[in-house]
Amino acid sequence: MQTDPNGTNPKKSKDSPSNSANTESTQLPSPFPDEVLEKVLSFLNSDKDRSSVSLVCKDWYNAERWTRTKLFIGNCYSVSPEIVARRFSKIKSVTLKGKPRFSDFNLVPQNWGADVHYWLTMFANVYPFLEELRLKRMTVSDESLELLATAFPGFRALSLMSCDGFSTDGLKAIATHCRNLTELDIQDTDIDDFSGGWLSCFPENFGSLEVLNFASLDSEVNFDALERLVSRCRSLRVLKVNKSITLVQLQRLLLRAPQLMELGTGSFQEELLLGQFGDLGNAFGNCKNLQTLSGLWEVTSIYLPVLYAACASLTFLNLSYAALRSVEFGNLLAHCPNLRRIWVLDTVEDKGLEAVGSSCPLLEELRVFPADPYDQNLHRGVTESGFVAVSRGCSKLHYVLYFCWQMTNAAVATIVQNCPNFTHFRLCIMNPGRPDYLTNEPMDEAFGAVVKTCTKLQRLSVSGLLTDLTFEYIGKYAKNLETLSVAFAGSSDRAMQFVLEGCPKLRKLEIRDCPFGNAALLSGLEKYETMRSRAKKGCPTFCSHSLIACKKDFSDFAEDRPPRCFGRVGLSN
Amino acid sequence: MERSLAYENDLSNLEATELRLGLPGTDESEKQSSRNNKRSSAEMDNSCEKDEQECAPAPKAQVVGWPPVRSYRKNVLHQKNESELSGMFVKVSMDGAPYLRKIDLKVYKNYQDLLKVLENMFKCSIGVYSEREGYNGSEFAPTYEDKDGDWMLVGDVPWDMFITSCKRLRIMKGSEAKGLGCL
Repeated sequence: MQTDPNGTNPKKSKDSPSNSANTESTQLPSPFPDEVLEKVLSFLNSDKDRSSVSLVCKDWYNAERWTRTKLFIGNCYSVSPEIVARRFSKIKSVTLKGKPRFSDFNLVPQNWGADVHYWLTMFANVYPFLEELRLKRMTVSDESLELLATAFPGFRALSLMSCDGFSTDGLKAIATHCRNLTELDIQDTDIDDFSGGWLSCFPENFGSLEVLNFASLDSEVNFDALERLVSRCRSLRVLKVNKSITLVQLQRLLLRAPQLMELGTGSFQEELLLGQFGDLGNAFGNCKNLQTLSGLWEVTSIYLPVLYAACASLTFLNLSYAALRSVEFGNLLAHCPNLRRIWVLDTVEDKGLEAVGSSCPLLEELRVFPADPYDQNLHRGVTESGFVAVSRGCSKLHYVLYFCWQMTNAAVATIVQNCPNFTHFRLCIMNPGRPDYLTNEPMDEAFGAVVKTCTKLQRLSVSGLLTDLTFEYIGKYAKNLETLSVAFAGSSDRAMQFVLEGCPKLRKLEIRDCPFGNAALLSGLEKYETMRSRAKKGCPTFCSHSLIACKKDFSDFAEDRPPRCFGRVGLSN
Repeated sequence: MERSLAYENDLSNLEATELRLGLPGTDESEKQSSRNNKRSSAEMDNSCEKDEQECAPAPKAQVVGWPPVRSYRKNVLHQKNESELSGMFVKVSMDGAPYLRKIDLKVYKNYQDLLKVLENMFKCSIGVYSEREGYNGSEFAPTYEDKDGDWMLVGDVPWDMFITSCKRLRIMKGSEAKGLGCL
C-alpha cells in the first residue's frame, strides 16, 4: 500500500507535489463541493489510481480516504494497523499479504510473524462492518477465525491462500456464525485437519454460498451435509472439493449444481460400473457454464472422457496435480478449443505440449510444473522443444512458468520471436547454473532476446548459467519490468547496478545465492524508494543491507514496523 | 577469444554461486575449501559419480528451497510418488541356500527378466517355462506363494496378475518341482 507521506505528518513534505498545492487550496475555493468529489472518487476501484489521487492535494487526499472501501496491503509490515485505522474509516474489504514469497519454498522460519490477529482486533474496533478478508501467506489462529466469525455481523467472504496456523476448529466457527457467508476459499494451505465435521456446521437454513473451496483439506466431510448444502446454495458458482469426494459422489453434486462455473473434482480414481460411468458423463454434460476445471487427484486416465461433454466452454484447465501422459492429455485437449490458461505437470512431456500448440490457438497462459523436482538423474519431463512447439501454435501466449532441465539460447530466441507479447516470463532450469546444453555457453543471450523482444515484460524469473551480461540486457531493455527473481546467477555487483539503474518500474526483487554485495544494493536503492527487496539466508552481508535499505523504504510511512522481522529473514537458518 | 576468457573468469567466480550441499549460511572455512575445487555447479551431476567423498548421496541431494516449487505442491506430489514407487519387495528362498534374498517385483517387466535375475542371484539354471511341462528338464523350478497361501508355479498367469498376487518366491530343486509340474 502506498500511503501518502503527508498522511502521517503534514509538515514533512520534502518532495511532495501537494506542498505548493496545500497553500493554494487553503486560499482558493475548490472547483466543486466535497460531496461531488467524493461521489466521483467512490467509483475508483483500482488501488493504484486511488494512490495517485491521494497525492494530488490535501482535499483530494481526504476525499479519497473517506471514500476508500477496499484496502490492499501488499506487505503487512509496511504500515501499522493504527495508521490504517486513522486514515481510513469506511473499509469493507481487506487484502493482506504477509510473509515473503520465499516462505513458499521453506526459506522463511516457522515463527517469522505475519500474524493477522493484531489486525483483526483493530478491525473489530474500527471496521465492524467489514465484509471481506483475503489473506495470503499469513499466520491465522483459530482464535482469529473465531473473532472474525463473531465480531463482524455482515461478514461475507473469506479467502486464505498459503496461510497457516489454524485448524478445522476455526472453520467450524466460520461455518457456524457467518450467516451471510458467500465465499469460503482455502487454497494451498497445510492446516491441522482434525475432521471434516466443520462442513456440517453450516445451519440447515443457510444457502448464500457462491464460492466453496476446500480442496486442500484432507479429511472426509459428511457427504450428505455437503450435498444438502450444495442444493440449498442456488448461487453456487465455484465448488472445489477435496480428495475424499469420490466420482460417484461428484456425480450427485453435479446434478445439484449444473450452474457451476468453476469445478475442482475430488479423487478421479475408483472402480466405476458402466452405468455409473455413463451417469457421470451425463452429469458433466449438463454443466454448460463450466469455465474452470481443476483437482483430478490421482486420476485414472480411462475416466477422462467423462469430462469431454463439459469442455467446450472451458477457459482454464488446471491439471497441475494430475500426472497425465501425453496421449490422454492430447485427447482431452482436442475437446477444449477455448482454453486460455493451462496448468499441467511435466509428465505430459514435449509430445503433450505439441498437442497444446495444435489444439489451443487462444492460449494466453501456460504453467508446466515438475512432477519430480528432485529427479536429478533421470531428467524426465519437458525440454526446450515442447516450449518451442507451444510458441508456434499459440501466438497469444503472454504468461509462462516453465520448469525444465535443459534449455538453449536459440530455443528461447525462437520462442519470443513467435510470441513477442510476453508480460510474464518465468523460466526455471532446474539444475542451478546450467549453461546452454548444446553450445555450453551461458544463457545470457536467451534472456537478452526476451527483454529485447518483449517490450511489455512485467515479470521475469531467470535461471541457468548467467553472467553480468544478462543483467546488462535487463537494465538496458526491460523498461516495464516490475518483478525480477534471480538465483545462482551473475558474476559481480555490476549486475545489480545495471538492473537498479536501468529498470525504472522495478518494485520487487528476489535474490538468492548470488554474489551481490552491499555496494550493489545501496547504489540503486537511493532512487527506488518503493522497492521491496528480499534476500534469503546464505548471503548474510546482503541481508543486513536489505534491512537498512528496507528501513529507508519504510521510514516514509511506517512507525511501528518491527525490525526484528526482517532481521530474522536475514540471519536465520 | 575475449569471450571465452571472460567466460572462464566467470567460471572461476562461480564458486560464489556454487551448488552447496550443506545448509546455507556456511562459514568462511567451508567457502575456502569449496573455492579450491572450482567446480561449476553444472558439473555436479557428473562429479558425484567420480568423487563420492565430496558429494552427499546423489539422489536426494538438494539445495534448500530449490527448485522453487511451493511446499504445498511438493508435499502433494511427494505423497503421490511415494505411493507409486513404494515397491513390491518379496522374499526369495532357494532350497539349500544359507539365507534368503529380497527382490522388488515392480522393477521387472516380465517373467524373462525375473528369471534371469534369479538365475544370476542364486547361480542356478532355471530353464524355460512351458505350459505343459513346467520347467521340466532344468535343475530348479521357481514357485511362489499366492494370496490364498497356495504354492504355484511361476509363469502360469499373466505377469501383471502375478506381481499382485505373489507373496514370496521359492526356488525348488528339480526333483521336488517335478511333482508340481505334473498337476
